[in-house]
Amino acid sequence: MNSFKDAEHLLRVALVFVAATIAFVLVRAALVPRSFGEYGHYRGNAITEMAAQPVVFAGHQVCEICHSDVAAIKSAGKHVSVNCEACHGALENHVNDPGTVQPPKLDTANLCIRCHQVNGARPASFPQIVADEHSAGLTCETCHQPHSPLPLIGAGAKP
Amino acid sequence: MKITRRQLLILLPAAAVAWDSVLAGTPETSPNYKLTEHWWGMLVDISKCIGCGNCVRACATENNVPEGYFRTWVERYHVSDTDLANPVVDSPNGGKNGFPPILGSGGRNFFVPKMCNHCADSPCTQVCPVGATFMTPDGVVLVDKEYCIGCRYCIQACPYGCRFLNPKTQTAEKCTLCYHRITKGLTTACCEACPTGARQLADLKNPNDPIHEFLRTHTVQVLKPYMATGAKLFYNDLDGSVR
Amino acid sequence: MPVQGYMYPNEIELAWSVLIVLYPYITGLVAGAFILASLERVFRVEAVRPTYRLALLTALAFLLVAPLPLQLHLGHPERSFEMYLTPHRTSAMAMFGFVYLWYLMAVLVLEIWLDYRRDIVLLSQRTKGFERFVYRVLTLGSTNISENALRIDDRAGYIITLVGIPSAFLLHGYVGFLFGSVKANPWWSSPMMPVVFLFSAMVSGIAVVLLLYMFSSWYRKQTIDMRCVDTVARYLFYTFLIDFSLEMLDLVHRIYEADESFRSLDFMVHTRLYLSQVVIQIYMGTLAPIGLLALTQLLKLGEKTRKRIYAVAGSLTLIGIFAMRWNVVIGGQLFSKSFLGYTTYKIGFVAKEGLLTAVVLTLLPFAILWVLVKLLPPWPDCEPPAPGSAAPAHGDD
Repeated sequence: MNSFKDAEHLLRVALVFVAATIAFVLVRAALVPRSFGEYGHYRGNAITEMAAQPVVFAGHQVCEICHSDVAAIKSAGKHVSVNCEACHGALENHVNDPGTVQPPKLDTANLCIRCHQVNGARPASFPQIVADEHSAGLTCETCHQPHSPLPLIGAGAKP
Repeated sequence: MKITRRQLLILLPAAAVAWDSVLAGTPETSPNYKLTEHWWGMLVDISKCIGCGNCVRACATENNVPEGYFRTWVERYHVSDTDLANPVVDSPNGGKNGFPPILGSGGRNFFVPKMCNHCADSPCTQVCPVGATFMTPDGVVLVDKEYCIGCRYCIQACPYGCRFLNPKTQTAEKCTLCYHRITKGLTTACCEACPTGARQLADLKNPNDPIHEFLRTHTVQVLKPYMATGAKLFYNDLDGSVR
Repeated sequence: MPVQGYMYPNEIELAWSVLIVLYPYITGLVAGAFILASLERVFRVEAVRPTYRLALLTALAFLLVAPLPLQLHLGHPERSFEMYLTPHRTSAMAMFGFVYLWYLMAVLVLEIWLDYRRDIVLLSQRTKGFERFVYRVLTLGSTNISENALRIDDRAGYIITLVGIPSAFLLHGYVGFLFGSVKANPWWSSPMMPVVFLFSAMVSGIAVVLLLYMFSSWYRKQTIDMRCVDTVARYLFYTFLIDFSLEMLDLVHRIYEADESFRSLDFMVHTRLYLSQVVIQIYMGTLAPIGLLALTQLLKLGEKTRKRIYAVAGSLTLIGIFAMRWNVVIGGQLFSKSFLGYTTYKIGFVAKEGLLTAVVLTLLPFAILWVLVKLLPPWPDCEPPAPGSAAPAHGDD
């Protein structure tokens, strides 16, 4: 009896700890997001949230629905593997509102040389030119149809 | 204001139910996409990369990547004939605006696109203290930016240097394999923009995916195989000097 | 030059700043000060008794500041409680919240409370006003300071210190593991990291208590207990020898094996990290204090000389151990994981993770210690006498 009285303060400390632990458990139960642990140690809703991020590049399959004529020209030529938006830029908002949102006009002078300017690190089999010496100042589409660059167009004419 | 015990007994459960619906959020599920039917990876063909930087720009556009940080980037290697172990590497602004002409001559030169390897045994998800970065059941390593505390441990743990801290959201960020696109049947922005087909998305669980045929007919490597990360970014024609 | 050679683009900016250098430094001081306190409590090294209470209060002051550099570093400190909600069991960092809380409440605060309980009760009876209120709260409502109760306190304190020693090892050792388990970084990845961190922590903790004890004796114009100071210094010397041996073992091993990372790291140590690693950490911060302390062990020197040597050695030690943390954290981010280049650490001054913040956070524990010392005087000559009762079971001098 006497020894309990002398250890009573330890019991008070123990009670503080127990109360704190219970409070922690309760707060934790309230705050852990509901979907946590659904697939693993993370918020399951994060997957659906990330999947819902808006798309900016439409993807060539969509372009080809309306622009099947261009797709046909391209699929027969050297640029078959070059997707539409690789040159024309991201066009999802054009797909969503084709009438009002027009794709910007391309600056072929800089666009084409981005890939085709000679660079020693490019594979040797890849067609490369020295832009300054290649076209005597003419823009690329003077001689090359961008959707099917070879064979060359007749000089000066554009289809 | 005095709350009686009876009022409290009613208020507390009601509050709990309300809080519950706040936490549950309103997720939208993609009805046709089944997580267990896919196992994503990517194939990069070094012999086809021309270092145009289209992929870097497309990724930045698609995913709103802040300037100066890179979810994907392209490196240029110069391996001299006499010093194979010490390549000279550059990546001006991550290759975003292409590459200037090569200085000097000789040796072997090639481009190496880099991005998150979406490792099956990723060291980055292992170290996240709260479970904000994880691998989805379909094999994509993602960062939950609503949950990330911005401790940057994952950035330190990635052997490939593909993570960074987004200065605006103050959370860790990296390539998501355009998860929002691949779950809708589209390909990634970088693959869409690549003019030579050097980048190809691969679904290892899809028997019709060309990756399987490719793996059977080509020798393919991963970066830093000794790290045993289970990297799913496969390179064709990867030189031994690539770091 | 900011970037030399090639760095992966995302590596150029350092992810972990001086605040992440400060955090292991602070917890190291906590662990070290506590181990010194346990020397008396558990290992019965009676000579260091005068530093016992001071060591505990020092540990508490530093432990209270420890989470601050981390919170200031986080991108979302308001979400840091997530470590308590959903700790990821594979992450060493997830342990932090629990180990910290355990060590703070179940070890340090409890031990201090038990050791000071008699003083708290007596002070709660003798003071007035707000002070009286604070002491009364600290008594937790119990005023039993009978011989038996104090004997129970003593026994409980012993057990807590016993548990506290591995807890202190865990508090600081896990930081070593946090770095040592990162296979992506060859400067960090090593099984020896937790051990090296722990021994350097002990060195810094012993040094800080030594300095504080010497300073407070001088400041309060009290006679210094040279037997105590000599003993603490001797333990500092022994611990330093072990710490130095461990670091040399790591170095020799690296040089010998000379693996893929060696050339890049070697170059870094000889250039960008030369000042902080070779000059400050090794020469000034390790070899010099060890040499000075060796002098006091080998030669018969007068009291004044010994005190001067201890003060210099202790200060150099504190600088050297900070440099060690700097070299680990910052050094580990200065080189590229491609082993082809190096970057520079750009530290701001008045910035969230700037130099000024680091300085303030380093000084803050001393300010807190000053308050603690006023609230719970640790000086052996300062025990409040019990009104007419016998001497307490737990002796004070």
